[in-house]
Amino acid sequence: MQCAQIQINYYYVGLWTGHDFHSQFPSFATCSKELKECSGHVFVDSVPEFCLPETELIDLSTVDVILISNYHCMMALPYITEHTGFTGTVYATEPTVQIGRLLMEELVNFIERVPKAQSASLWKNKDIQRLLPSPLKDAVEVSTWRRCYTMQEVNSALSKIQLVGYSQKIELFGAVQVTPLSSGYALGSSNWIIQSHYEKVSYVSGSSLLTTHPQPMDQASLKNSDVLVLTGLTQIPTANPDGMVGEFCSNLALTVRNGGNVLVPCYPSGVIYDLLECLYQYIDSAGLSNIPFYFISPVANSSLEFSQIFAEWLCHNKQTKVYLPEPPFPHAELIQTNKLKHYPSLHGDFSSDFRQPCVVFTGHPSLRFGDVVHFMELWGKSSLNTVIFTEPDFSYLEALAPYQPLAMKCIYCPIDTRLNFIQVSKLLKEVQPLHVVCPEQYTQPPPAQSHRMDLMIDCQPPAMSYRRAEVLALPFKRRYEKIEIMPELADSLVPMEIKPGISLATVSAVLHTKDNKHVLQPPPRPTQPTGGKKRKRASDDIPDCKVLKPLLSGSIPVEQFVQALEKHGFSDIKVEDTAKGHIVLLQEAETLIQIEEDSTHIICDNDEMLRVRLRDLVLKFLQKF
Amino acid sequence: MTSGLPVPSQVGHAGISSLIMDPECSQLLPALCSVLADPRQPVADDTCLEKLLDWFKTITEAGSSLLLLQENPCLLGLLCHVLKPQDLSPRVLSFSLRLAGMLAAQEDCFQYLQQGELLPRLFGEAGPLGGAAWTAPSVRSGWIQGLRSLARHPSALCFLADCGAVDTIFSLQGDSSLFVASAAGQLLVHILGLSLQGPAEGHPGLQTGDWPVCAQKIVSHIEESLRSAATPQITQALNVLTTTFGHCHDPWTQVLWGRLSPLVACLLEKDPVPAAHSLVDLLLSVARSPVLSSSSSGLWETLAQTLSHLSPTQAGPLALGILKLQECPQVLRAQAFAVLLQPLTCVLEATAQAPGLLDSLDGTGGASVTVDTLLPSKAACVGLLCRTLAHLELLQPLPQRPSPWPQAPLLGATVTILRLCSGSATPTSDAGGHLCAFLVGCVRVQRAALDFLGTLSQGTGPRELVTQVFAVLLEYLTSPDSSPTVLKKAFQATFRWLQSSPETPGCSDLDPHAHLFLRELLPVLPKRLCSPCWEVRDSGLEFLTQMIGRWGGQAGFRRALLASEVPELTEQLLRDPESYVRASAVAAMGQLSSQGLRVTPASPEHPGGQQKSLLAELLHILSTDSEGFPRRAVMHVFTQWLRDGHADVAGDTERFVARVLQVASQDLDWEVRAQGLELALVFLEQTLGRPSSHCPYAVTPPVAAPPSSLAQALRPLCRVQLFEFAFRALFDCDRPVAQKSCDLLLFLRAQTASYGGPQGSGSVPEVASVEAALQRWQAGDQGQPLGYLEPEVVVAVLRSMDLEGLRGALAESSDRVEKSPQSLLQDVLATVGALGEDEADCY
Repeated sequence: MQCAQIQINYYYVGLWTGHDFHSQFPSFATCSKELKECSGHVFVDSVPEFCLPETELIDLSTVDVILISNYHCMMALPYITEHTGFTGTVYATEPTVQIGRLLMEELVNFIERVPKAQSASLWKNKDIQRLLPSPLKDAVEVSTWRRCYTMQEVNSALSKIQLVGYSQKIELFGAVQVTPLSSGYALGSSNWIIQSHYEKVSYVSGSSLLTTHPQPMDQASLKNSDVLVLTGLTQIPTANPDGMVGEFCSNLALTVRNGGNVLVPCYPSGVIYDLLECLYQYIDSAGLSNIPFYFISPVANSSLEFSQIFAEWLCHNKQTKVYLPEPPFPHAELIQTNKLKHYPSLHGDFSSDFRQPCVVFTGHPSLRFGDVVHFMELWGKSSLNTVIFTEPDFSYLEALAPYQPLAMKCIYCPIDTRLNFIQVSKLLKEVQPLHVVCPEQYTQPPPAQSHRMDLMIDCQPPAMSYRRAEVLALPFKRRYEKIEIMPELADSLVPMEIKPGISLATVSAVLHTKDNKHVLQPPPRPTQPTGGKKRKRASDDIPDCKVLKPLLSGSIPVEQFVQALEKHGFSDIKVEDTAKGHIVLLQEAETLIQIEEDSTHIICDNDEMLRVRLRDLVLKFLQKF
Repeated sequence: MTSGLPVPSQVGHAGISSLIMDPECSQLLPALCSVLADPRQPVADDTCLEKLLDWFKTITEAGSSLLLLQENPCLLGLLCHVLKPQDLSPRVLSFSLRLAGMLAAQEDCFQYLQQGELLPRLFGEAGPLGGAAWTAPSVRSGWIQGLRSLARHPSALCFLADCGAVDTIFSLQGDSSLFVASAAGQLLVHILGLSLQGPAEGHPGLQTGDWPVCAQKIVSHIEESLRSAATPQITQALNVLTTTFGHCHDPWTQVLWGRLSPLVACLLEKDPVPAAHSLVDLLLSVARSPVLSSSSSGLWETLAQTLSHLSPTQAGPLALGILKLQECPQVLRAQAFAVLLQPLTCVLEATAQAPGLLDSLDGTGGASVTVDTLLPSKAACVGLLCRTLAHLELLQPLPQRPSPWPQAPLLGATVTILRLCSGSATPTSDAGGHLCAFLVGCVRVQRAALDFLGTLSQGTGPRELVTQVFAVLLEYLTSPDSSPTVLKKAFQATFRWLQSSPETPGCSDLDPHAHLFLRELLPVLPKRLCSPCWEVRDSGLEFLTQMIGRWGGQAGFRRALLASEVPELTEQLLRDPESYVRASAVAAMGQLSSQGLRVTPASPEHPGGQQKSLLAELLHILSTDSEGFPRRAVMHVFTQWLRDGHADVAGDTERFVARVLQVASQDLDWEVRAQGLELALVFLEQTLGRPSSHCPYAVTPPVAAPPSSLAQALRPLCRVQLFEFAFRALFDCDRPVAQKSCDLLLFLRAQTASYGGPQGSGSVPEVASVEAALQRWQAGDQGQPLGYLEPEVVVAVLRSMDLEGLRGALAESSDRVEKSPQSLLQDVLATVGALGEDEADCY
């Protein structure tokens, strides 16, 4: 899971990107009831469990705001909103919420469809876990893993989301403004700008510069950032999506021509739209017009329909189709011509319509639950069939491990349209942030390909990196706050030009601070003495505003001052130098004048007349304004 | 205005000039001149003025310009008229300057114009030179080109000196218009050559001080420019010298180079060397000049010095130029080769290749250059590597290429570059890492390296390196990231390497290693044939066709191919939506079928169904495909099948030919119809008993014994309606088809003459009706078919036709009427609306 949190003025803004998923698959029993072995690998036989977002560092109940980047990274939301004491607000775009709901609904449906009574917990005992083979022994925080949430929890979590549109400015407690921008990766996917009047932080996560179905990435608005937090880059930087789509199509065609079936484990939204569009253009050229395409998911229908109604969130080409009017995605035509059929599950209509050879898109891409499990078992034994992995989130070898030995062909065509390092370098050249902050692994080549210097972020100044659970001080200081002046107060100002182009004016006002907004208001008028009423009421207890005294500036030249004193009849004057200035001693009058850089004190014994005389003499040497 | 000009004394030109300009043109010329001279009637189109100049050039080159002027006084009138202060368009002024120069190229005409003082007024300071029109680049260009034409004789030189033109030309060398600047430089070269042609020729003064004033002036100017601190001036001087030495190999060039070479050598002392590209061009031009290279002392030293002073990017072209020289000291060649190889040495060094490879590339002992200095940035690295690979590719096939040719290190470096580009190389050094980061995914370098790798297949290499070559080729052919253009190059290089791999003794089959490679390649090919990118499918099919053509008869290859899905997929691609792919699929299927490699298993789509024969499928494409490329490809395949006696054709050749000709005759694409004539010719040759000589390697079809009589020989041709097809083609609206048909019928007529038997006779009643039908065809009415023709009728018609005349008419360009000078003059007049009746229309 990738997550960053930014603290601004004591408010926490969590930027969530996803959850890790650990699940197990039932298989043969060997050492205990919980553990099963299959082709040399040990698996835990349990209801699937999920690894939750990091909570050690952050007390989620203190988080004020969560900004969601895209629908793939909100899958852990119910765990946060429902079980942590979280009381803040969640912001996301409408397609993110709607498609996120579909993904969660599919997940809940898949899990609930095959209820399993027991949850394995014995193996989580640390003494047992460390004896288990990899990857079980390397699993972290196993004690915090939880079972899947329910649909009620999903609904409750989603009800806490406030919908936002691209470029909409949202005030957070007056301290900062946050703005979602199109990130070009998925329908409604966003990058976030978090800015105050003088600072700007951009959070770029899960962005794409490729031309696919969503609205293109808004790069221009990211300019002038003090800090750009960069995460959610492609997981497979060496796989070019275009090449992978080509591989996908070729392998699909070869399999079907030979009479085999193709299984595509996938999410019900996202890349599947692009794949269907590619196939729409390809099937005729490859002579596959008669091959049925099946899309099986509890949310298949909603997903295909939703994609067609979010016109404003689509790329320009697709938007213009809406005005023709035509459906923006060609899968509408595939459905109309019966080339693409969709079903909520493989029971019911599908079983009667099913015709082979065919191509099936279904979930879950982890191969641990969902209808895909049935197809793996149905087609796994024939070498004519092919399973093509397109989702980059899961290791296909791990996904396939419990199904071994397997006769069907396996093709790995991960299609990850998120930024690769070349695109990042172009983006940073374009946007030119003062500082880049990114996870540590982006600042060095992948361990397995240490010579690939091209597979890392290369920018000037070098990116600041962070590790898991590291707290980073962002490289800027808040120096200024903006204060507004009320118009009537501004009217009353009398600026004096002290240098050409620079004017000063004294302001006397009341600084009103509320919700991190600072406003200078005119001071209240001096209260008129209220005749007979002597008793002060509580509401009158505001600071008394006396007649304004002029401000003084300048320094007092001691020698001239002494001369002036002598002129005015003072004699027996002594001057002593002190560390901060001078003391003028009027011995005869038993009076002391202390002159320092920023203050002058006249100390005399209850002789107000004398004090005033002396004060006026001092003031003559100072400028007033 | 022309009254002051004397009447020429020469006689006998009248005949010539009347041959040159026909009366119709002479009649139109005054109107044209008045149109051009009228600023109210601007000539909108520059190209017609250019055409007019071309026409005048033809006339002046063929005859007397003086006579032309005298017979057409309007021309002189035009030249005088443009000098009047008026608002004349720059293009007409430019035209007039060029025309005047063209006319003055002949000395007598020059004198004639001089006497009227027309030339100084056109080209001197009083002319456009000082006026507002001079700001137009076309006028400046016209001025230069006029002088360029004019400067043909000694009188012209005096004129140039008198009117101060040379100084103007100097200044025009730096003109803002590149065309003008370049023309000015060339004019200087021309004037220099002209001034040294006469007295200096054959006896070049040992000192340039003995040279004519004009030449001295130019030389001094060049010297001054070479001493200048401004790079543009140095570039101008170097360019003038390069052109001079490139075009003129007279002995005086030796004197000139002797005087200027120290100044050129001084340029090398500057850092950075100014105008390096021009300097390289000059030095190579000197080295190529037979006069200079043989005599010039110090030339090779200068070249060596230049090689070491210039940056790697600048030195590359010089090194290549040196290596291409026929005569050159061995040491310099070695140095040049080392410079050329430097980037590859760097690559090998940075990737820590076997020391053996490095030694042979860096064997000259030159200081080794590090990656950081030679390939500092991505742009520099990519550019330099691409250029180096291209240079080496040019050098490889030349007889004068360096020997020994470092085949193994070059192979090693190229393979390494390709691996760096694909990210599969694992450099151990930092430099290698940087190189990898620069090159990963770089399509330009990949293409250049694959091209060079293909060229390297001409030589041999150590077995392990060849294995590496095949491995890297396979990597590229397999990788999903290979772009379509890279893939095409990879296919081409693969074919070249397979072709060059040693054949197994005795059976001329692929060697075991190539077989092994093929076994890995063949599973990749189906994937490429299924690519969503049509360019990839197309390249795959082209590669397949080449492979079958080369190894289709070899058992090992046949087995491997038949075991793969390739033949079925190829057949499927006959129905590809992209016409180029269909065309390539047709060619590939033609080859597969010729070699008996077409498999006809029951497909999953048609289980147990009878598959269409390929012949029927191709005929279907020929008659129905909406694009020309697949139909042309079908005709090529059919022609080849007929030539080779393909089994599907040999069964009933006449029916096949008749069917194909019938479909081809209706095709809208002229190339298909022309190819139909090619097929007809093959059939004709086979029928008349002449073995085809086109394809010496093809399986020779059973040759029919020469039929005894002409009628018997022609009967099969008549049965397939070859004559109807050929006669129709004879009047085809596309000239190449008509020409081909004419050639075919002439060939046939010559053939019939060698037979005895019945001669064509006009008495046969059908002949007249056929001739009448042909006349109607010629007139454009091709509706009525001829039907079956008896051989006698054919012979009679053939003999009565004026085929030679038709061939002559067809040989003339179809736009000969449109291109005539008369038509041109009419066009110009028509575009400005100056024809008499149009003026009346104004009311």
